[in-house]
Amino acid sequence: MSIDMAQFHQVFFEESFEGLDIMESGLLDMDPGAVDSEQINAIFRAAHSIKGGAGTFGFGEISNFTHTMETLLDEMRDGRREITTDAVDVLLKSVDVLRDMLTVAQDGGELDQSSVDAQSRELKRVLDNRAPGQSQAADETPESADGADDDGKAPLIGWHVVFRPHAHMMRTGNDPLRLLREFHALGETRVVCDISGVPPFHEYEPEDAVLSWDIHLDEPVEKYQVQEIFDWVEDDCDLAIMEVYADGVESAPAGEPSQKAAPKPTGKPELKLAEPPPERRKGGDRRQKKAATSAGSIRVDVPKIDSLINMVGELVITQSMLSMLGEDFQHEDLPKLLEGLAQLERHTRELQESVMQIRMMPISFTFSRFPRLVRDLSTKLGKKIELKMNGESTEVDKTVIEKIGDPLVHLVRNSLDHGIETPEVRRAAGKPETGTVELNAYHKGGNIIIEIKDDGKGLDGDLLFRKAVEKGLVREDETLTDQQKFELIFMPGFSTAEKISDVSGRGVGMDVVRKNINELGGSIEIDSELGVGTDIVIRLPLTLAILDGQVVRVGDETYIVPLVSILESIQVRPEMINLVGGKGEAFKLRDEYLPIVRMHEVFDVPSEHVEELTEGLLVIVEAEGHKCGLFVDDLLGQHQVVIKSLEENYGSVEGVSGATILGDGSVALILDITGVIRLGGNRPEDFRLQRTA
Amino acid sequence: MASILAVDDSASMRQMVSFTLKGAGYDVIEAADGVEALNIARDKSVNLVITDVNMPNMDGITLIRELRNLPAYKFTPLLMLTTESGAEKKQQGKAAGATGWIVKPFNPDQLLGTIKKVLG
Repeated sequence: MSIDMAQFHQVFFEESFEGLDIMESGLLDMDPGAVDSEQINAIFRAAHSIKGGAGTFGFGEISNFTHTMETLLDEMRDGRREITTDAVDVLLKSVDVLRDMLTVAQDGGELDQSSVDAQSRELKRVLDNRAPGQSQAADETPESADGADDDGKAPLIGWHVVFRPHAHMMRTGNDPLRLLREFHALGETRVVCDISGVPPFHEYEPEDAVLSWDIHLDEPVEKYQVQEIFDWVEDDCDLAIMEVYADGVESAPAGEPSQKAAPKPTGKPELKLAEPPPERRKGGDRRQKKAATSAGSIRVDVPKIDSLINMVGELVITQSMLSMLGEDFQHEDLPKLLEGLAQLERHTRELQESVMQIRMMPISFTFSRFPRLVRDLSTKLGKKIELKMNGESTEVDKTVIEKIGDPLVHLVRNSLDHGIETPEVRRAAGKPETGTVELNAYHKGGNIIIEIKDDGKGLDGDLLFRKAVEKGLVREDETLTDQQKFELIFMPGFSTAEKISDVSGRGVGMDVVRKNINELGGSIEIDSELGVGTDIVIRLPLTLAILDGQVVRVGDETYIVPLVSILESIQVRPEMINLVGGKGEAFKLRDEYLPIVRMHEVFDVPSEHVEELTEGLLVIVEAEGHKCGLFVDDLLGQHQVVIKSLEENYGSVEGVSGATILGDGSVALILDITGVIRLGGNRPEDFRLQRTA
Repeated sequence: MASILAVDDSASMRQMVSFTLKGAGYDVIEAADGVEALNIARDKSVNLVITDVNMPNMDGITLIRELRNLPAYKFTPLLMLTTESGAEKKQQGKAAGATGWIVKPFNPDQLLGTIKKVLG
């Protein structure tokens, strides 16, 4: 029977990565000196599972590497080894190496063998340092070859085994009959049963093993094959294994004490069967199956699945009710039909919510990497920093979890590097030496808020402004509010770091952070007070699969404008409209001049549409900090729409982020506001300069 | 067909064991730790238990000891999954009443071979 092990790889990788996270956070929390035994047990178990799985699923190297970690952890767990900072550090680094190894095994690519080897040596060093007796090679003592040099002797023709179970053997679940059966599987067997041990009836204990056997096997099998049969019971019986040669000579009971039988044949799998040897893991196995492992999977709590199944059940009931109603529909059944439809709607909505729940994962998946990051970075930067995390169990869409990680890392790094001051500076400023970085996550009205707060030196708005002027990003005579000055750091090509350190400012700027967050349909805001600290707020939609949209009409076409982008919708009066020289139309809204983007021009709508600005409507939208008015014929209503990807089925179209199907079956495009503004023929930068015009 | 209780805190190992045994026609019940396994075993009697050693809540050795004390499991084969380095664990397991062990790593054929041997 051959089973494709690759089908288990994905689960193995997932749980291994989870195991690594457990190990990492456990190690980080570990306080040398006062260690909680359950804590170290959990770390040990994680390593143990990875090792076991890796071995079973054919990742020998990972298994070997983890083995050393496991040995170390095992000694710590049993109290045979003191837990030192050195050992914890080495283990933490090993977790990193192991993560690399697993990533390579999962996705392919080059493994940095030298770092693996170096880390293995480190682990061995720690192991040997403290426990010189604990040599790894202990169980590699060469086995005296079984049935070895029989030169000059008559050929081996079989085995003679005397097997005398101890009384309790059956109570270990070992049935002597099974052992005899195994002999049969090896070859022709002659068995003589010795009943001399059977006691008189009144002393008879039905649960005791009282019989013993003389077994002759007429087959010159290897010795380990015979030994293996008794592997599990060697302590539960008296056993003598003798070789039988063609000249009738029997070897002495193999020179072994009959109890505690021979040392185990090492090198051979202990669980070897008489059947043809199973094919061992093949070299190419892991590469071959790479494609299969990349198909993402998701782990879902059982209650979520249960509620889903429950909901489907309800739906089926409603469906059968409706179909019964439809079989013989009378006019007076109408109320029933309406009731059924209302039920259908309710169940569908609940089902939708349940399905959405499945994609939700706690933000702790993302947050969990930060304790390590902060620990490592604060050491590197020579700062004292405490990390506080709140709301780790807040649930977020899986896609958000995957994509928010890098931007968050960047922001936290920034806080550590540029925000928090060195202990000396802090002391001089009258602040506690230890800086605090806070990560908060919570729900707020249909959105997820992630907050990164530090009590560092804060942003200097004027410095930012001067820098931006220097770089030609703003004009000197512009007047910006503090808020606007802070937001300058999100502009492409802006970096405040006086020198680029390797901690932050590695090419990925804050503009990329904002872009990534915008791609998730979210926004980012920054607030800061010089000398007091900085507060960055990221607002993300609950889910990416459904969007609250405003349906607008342009000619015969309908479009969806994401509700989050809309500030307001107005009807313009003639006196509001201005023509800006050569740049197209603009209108004055309160104190601001905003450009007008005519939707029918951008999308080249052929059908009859409103030309006169005063007859249509202007939808004021904002994207990436820039506002404009979208000129449309009419507003049709607000809907929750299911987003269908265009890229998957067609290709990427500028100005359009996806499509959806409306209630009447027609298709409507969902607008990407940033793209639409760009398509309007106006670069957002131009508008910004007009702000104070 | 015989029913087997497979106990392991690692989902991938559990899946592998369960998939292999189901493929061979056994009824397989899964449990993620000793406590869960013990509850299942009390509830309905199974023909064989195969358990990992290191698990949260209740480890495999304790599970074996508890099971062996139940009248229904006096003679039931109780196998443990151990690693090659676990000679000491094997002894502890035997002392607790384990029938035998399967050494990790193993492949599906080895697993099936052993189960077939034990269940006859």
